[in-house]
Amino acid sequence: MLKYLFAKEDDIPQGTAAIFFGVSSIAWFIIGTGLGSFNAAKLAFPDFFHGLYALQFGHMRQVHVHAVIFGWIAMAFAASMMYITPALGNTKLWSEKLGVWNCLLYNVGLCLALALLWSGVTSGREYSDHIWPIDLYIAFVMVVPWSLNVWMTILNRRTQGIYTTNWFFAACMFMTIIVFLIGNMPEWLHLTGLNEAYMTWWFAHNILGLLITPVAAAITYYIVPKVTGNPLYSHRVGHLHFWSIVVFYSTPAAHHLMSSPLPEWLKSFASVEGVLILVPAVAYVCNILLTMQGKWAMFVENIEIKFTITGVLLAIPLNMQGGFQQTRAINWYIHGTGWIVAHAHLALLGFSTFAEAAAVYYGMQVLLRRKLYSASLANFHFWMLLIGFSLYWTSMTISGLIQGAAKIYEVPYVDVVIAEHPYMIVRWLGGTMVFFGNIVWLYNMIMTARVGDIVPVGRQPAEVAYTR
Amino acid sequence: MAFREYKIGCWMFGIALSLSMFITIVLPGLDISSMSSTKVALEKQLTYGWESGFNYYDPFLQGKDKPIKVTLTKSPKTGAAIDKTHAYVFPAGTHFPDGLTHDNILGDGVQQVSESKGRIGDATEEKGGVFLVQTDANDTPYIEYATATRGWTVAATLKAADEQILAGSGKTIFVREGCWWCHTLLPEETQDWQDFGRPPLVGDFNGESPTTFGSDRKAPDLLHVGSRNSSREWMTMHFFNPRLVQPHSIMPRYDYLWGDKDVDGKAVDLAAWDEHFMRYAAGDEIYPPEVPIPAADSEARKLIDFVLNLK
Repeated sequence: MLKYLFAKEDDIPQGTAAIFFGVSSIAWFIIGTGLGSFNAAKLAFPDFFHGLYALQFGHMRQVHVHAVIFGWIAMAFAASMMYITPALGNTKLWSEKLGVWNCLLYNVGLCLALALLWSGVTSGREYSDHIWPIDLYIAFVMVVPWSLNVWMTILNRRTQGIYTTNWFFAACMFMTIIVFLIGNMPEWLHLTGLNEAYMTWWFAHNILGLLITPVAAAITYYIVPKVTGNPLYSHRVGHLHFWSIVVFYSTPAAHHLMSSPLPEWLKSFASVEGVLILVPAVAYVCNILLTMQGKWAMFVENIEIKFTITGVLLAIPLNMQGGFQQTRAINWYIHGTGWIVAHAHLALLGFSTFAEAAAVYYGMQVLLRRKLYSASLANFHFWMLLIGFSLYWTSMTISGLIQGAAKIYEVPYVDVVIAEHPYMIVRWLGGTMVFFGNIVWLYNMIMTARVGDIVPVGRQPAEVAYTR
Repeated sequence: MAFREYKIGCWMFGIALSLSMFITIVLPGLDISSMSSTKVALEKQLTYGWESGFNYYDPFLQGKDKPIKVTLTKSPKTGAAIDKTHAYVFPAGTHFPDGLTHDNILGDGVQQVSESKGRIGDATEEKGGVFLVQTDANDTPYIEYATATRGWTVAATLKAADEQILAGSGKTIFVREGCWWCHTLLPEETQDWQDFGRPPLVGDFNGESPTTFGSDRKAPDLLHVGSRNSSREWMTMHFFNPRLVQPHSIMPRYDYLWGDKDVDGKAVDLAAWDEHFMRYAAGDEIYPPEVPIPAADSEARKLIDFVLNLK
């Protein structure tokens, strides 16, 4: 990839930036889940590796979160956008060179940002932990060039109209920049007190709601029709999804702080808007599942569809939890417990990761023009991810319910720690399975690039039979 | 081709997003900013100083640029006995919390009384000074600039102090070490009163940054931990190795915050300590190894001061 940094734009093969981002995202997925597995081991066995202070839980916890969000999820998004946007516009990426530079500087910036977090240099705000010089780097060196490439590709499209996926891509990149700059303002302007606490969660909510969830959904809007050959069930339901995301998902930030002394009107408003997130959620899931009509065999036979549809099916419990757990009636019981940790992993490791993994699997095959090296290894990866995630989610949900019960009966906290111990071990096993599954994935992808069967010109990878 | 067939959509998008930002940023911002500081907020600001996360003056979060909270039983000026008082000493050059430098942080009444009775307008960061938290006849809390009102200088106050509480530096260590990933600082309004104490009020946070509420409670809430357990010995053992006092604890050891030397100047040998402890854990020793007392300027001492100061 690096040889293209100083090449002429016309000499860079199409898809270079997407491949660079795709490979980086898989590498970061391995790093991020490895860190997660390590952290989970510490929660189960606190003296695990206690001699190495650099590997202290309090320093590593946020490194896991940011490696997964900025490394895996965001880079998989970038990889997807860099090949899906031009494909849907019947054109080429606006600038491959910008894309390659963007990916290089993205990786460099992310290493620097994580190293600083690891050493404890933090703003002390969850999800906006990065210090403000890093925030500026992320916004203007990592995100703006990426957005520019997406927007310019859409502007230069050679099709009439814009497909659903591309509205989401363009709008989500715009909203991400706005949310990122406003959400990190407390640090630049030195906002203090409840304003700062509220803005911290305003950022955390909106970065999930306006970047991660809708872009993952947009990816499935592309993968499912493309691979199955069915047209999208309804463009109008797609409209409903898009507009209700903009209106309903951008407003319930305060529901993350239901038990804090925020103004009551704000909590009530956020709670109602939070339930209304079910509108885009239901519209989206129905739209994708109805697109599958007549092609359900592919859910079993095709690895991209298997990943995508599993992600979409996981969006159902995700949104049901999300819509109702933030109401006052339920939130007081599960707030701040492992339940929330399980929910966060259902969103990122469940719904979103499965959609992105499909996009990276599919994109790499299309761009390399090579059939996936091994269907068996891909299936192994799928089941390691799904079983690992299920173990994680189940154990954390149970431990959250234990914590909730302990809250109302006010038992001494150490009894909660004792009761949670077996679930912490299961959580660690689940996370470790995901980690090992990802190593297999990287191997499979490297072998695909090197010895995968050539996909003939004019053919889809899905149309070529597996030879392994 | 551009977006021209999407002109209406683009306008609608802009309007929808702006409206949502107005409702979720501007309106709550106005509402929250109108809240007056409580006494707790004044104490927190004077204890923690300007900023406890990353900032210019302490980029590596070592606890620099922080005020010192002291306990006084005699007047620094005259030496005469006074009721036990907490004073907040800002050595020259220490940055002030926002409440002292911005007019809109303390809230209307509090700001007014702090200026008229407390003379906070006379304080400058270059000179530093000594501050007190007071309550006037109307029950309005206010900040008193004791250097102006009583002639208490920084040097004299530190000299007259019975104890120095380094809770300001300690909060920086608390943020850096990620204590708030497991310990919340927010008893919940619905059910935490009995175990963890009074949930905070809306005005308790004015001027504090970051607030480190914490979101994922894997350990007890700490907002009032100093009232539940005020034993420095227990805290020292617990930070060094939580399993010494709570065998089931999953908290990491913070023995590395002790630094090289303990309070007597003896070297802290963590490897030897750990070896002894493992023998004790295996049942080969009757007593666990002695926990060294942290040096006066060690990070462990600052963190313990912070935790004990959470009343």
